[in-house]
Amino acid sequence: MIVAGCDVGSLSAEAVIMNNGSIVSYEIIRVRPRPEQSAAEVMNMALAKAGMTYDDIEYCVSTGYGRERIPFAQGNISEISCHGKGAQWCIPSVRTVIDVGGQDCKVIKVDETGKLLNFVMNDKCASGTGRFLEFMAKVLGVGIEDLGPKALESPTPVSITSVCSVYAETEVLYWVYEEKELSDIACGINRAMADRVKGLVKRVGIEENVCITGGVAKNVSVVKNLEDMLQIQSQKLDIDPQIVGALGACLFAKEKLLKQENKQFGEKVV
Amino acid sequence: MIVAGCDFGTLAAKVVLMQDGSIIASEVSAIKAVPEKVSTELIYKGLSKAGLFADDVAFAVSTGWGKKRVPFANLNVTEMPCLARGAQWLIPSARTILDIGGQSCRAMNINEAGKIIKYSSNDKCAAGTGRFFELIAEALEVEVDDLIKLALQSKDPARISTQCCVFAESEVVTLVNEGREVSDIVAGVHDSTVLRLASILGMIQITPDIIVTGGCARNERLVQGLRDYFRVEIKTPSINPQFAGAIGAAIIAQEKIAETRPAELDDLKLLARITVPGVEVPAERSATLGS
Repeated sequence: MIVAGCDVGSLSAEAVIMNNGSIVSYEIIRVRPRPEQSAAEVMNMALAKAGMTYDDIEYCVSTGYGRERIPFAQGNISEISCHGKGAQWCIPSVRTVIDVGGQDCKVIKVDETGKLLNFVMNDKCASGTGRFLEFMAKVLGVGIEDLGPKALESPTPVSITSVCSVYAETEVLYWVYEEKELSDIACGINRAMADRVKGLVKRVGIEENVCITGGVAKNVSVVKNLEDMLQIQSQKLDIDPQIVGALGACLFAKEKLLKQENKQFGEKVV
Repeated sequence: MIVAGCDFGTLAAKVVLMQDGSIIASEVSAIKAVPEKVSTELIYKGLSKAGLFADDVAFAVSTGWGKKRVPFANLNVTEMPCLARGAQWLIPSARTILDIGGQSCRAMNINEAGKIIKYSSNDKCAAGTGRFFELIAEALEVEVDDLIKLALQSKDPARISTQCCVFAESEVVTLVNEGREVSDIVAGVHDSTVLRLASILGMIQITPDIIVTGGCARNERLVQGLRDYFRVEIKTPSINPQFAGAIGAAIIAQEKIAETRPAELDDLKLLARITVPGVEVPAERSATLGS
């Protein structure tokens, strides 16, 4: 049984292909101007990697902010459900999923089946999202992937107090003028980021086990700061944390397909 | 007697030199170094244009985000009272002031004496500030100063639904990709800023005369948008409204001088005594010091 999930977010798009319950290929790209375009491109890449064509996919579910505009998907499901589902499949004991994406941040509570129980979300302000980190990395003149490793070397992180990304940019600039070490500034940025996420987590409460998904989960320093602030140990995923949404969509696709088959089977019996 | 006001904001530093209640020099610069350096260079520049020396400055007041780091300031004063005094100097009949700065936006009511009666401000989020326009200009790859002209050309402004500057930047890029005219997008950005400013103005009493100060007060399209929204007359000063805070600081400096005994005045001349690392002392000043 071959199913696919496609997650078109605000900054990146991901596609995952599963065959009989295991991941056969996945791809991540930076979004193109239109969701249709991003979806087609990332799915083509994932299909090519798996050596498949669209005809091999029995069911495809789309998710993410552009989910309603994906022509090749048979259904679409909200990214909140998909992240819960995907994370719970990776780590069955997970009850709280912290998803830090490109332009939003969500804290999702799930039950033992991966069903959504409760969630909070920030999608009004860029603080506590991947966009915040991108903005800061640009000011510092480093790649977003360098912010995490650089920060781990810092003994004395700077303090960044503004919530607004734009104000934080000014703060960062002043630390640059003060000739602070890059690692100290990077650590200050990651700490500020973790602090915003913490604020959101506190609103819904935390229940272990916890896992962190989304592109920002790749930043080791944000993850470590957040773990320290929440006094928890998060469960590490053995897949790329950025594909959890697309993976969840894939799992929903599988469920839908099974339901369809059962129904057909049922009709035959009657 | 010459006094100085220095408004060290988040995006621009402003220095005003005043003598007997009139401006004799005003300088503005973008901030590209530590406040100590930027502010001192700026006042030296102003002095040299006015043909004055460092020890001519009797008293200096600083205000704004970096006020505590202006090395030649005898006194730091918070932004609100400086703005109130400056706005009143610019337009004496002003009772409602909306200041749209680089990264902040404030509204206040003042009485005839220039005292603040009521105020509201936005200091948590950069929406509705100059920085918002800068980011949009960057995203659209146009000059900030061209935004106004572009917006005035629009017949069908686009709707910008996000308030966060960072998200609005992405939204603008999406609109470009959807084929919207740049002028319509820019007009939409102005309209969304008007709404944001209206919510801040809405928290105080809108009593005439209403004046707009700060760098964004030069944006006619924005001011016109506010006029249309509130259906009231809004005045803009004839002098660069960006200097309102610095003017207010200089006026406060003047008052301090008036309170000081003449014998003590010489002790207050701070600028002539300081050196700032990385700032070259103008030759004129060294000469004065030597004499």
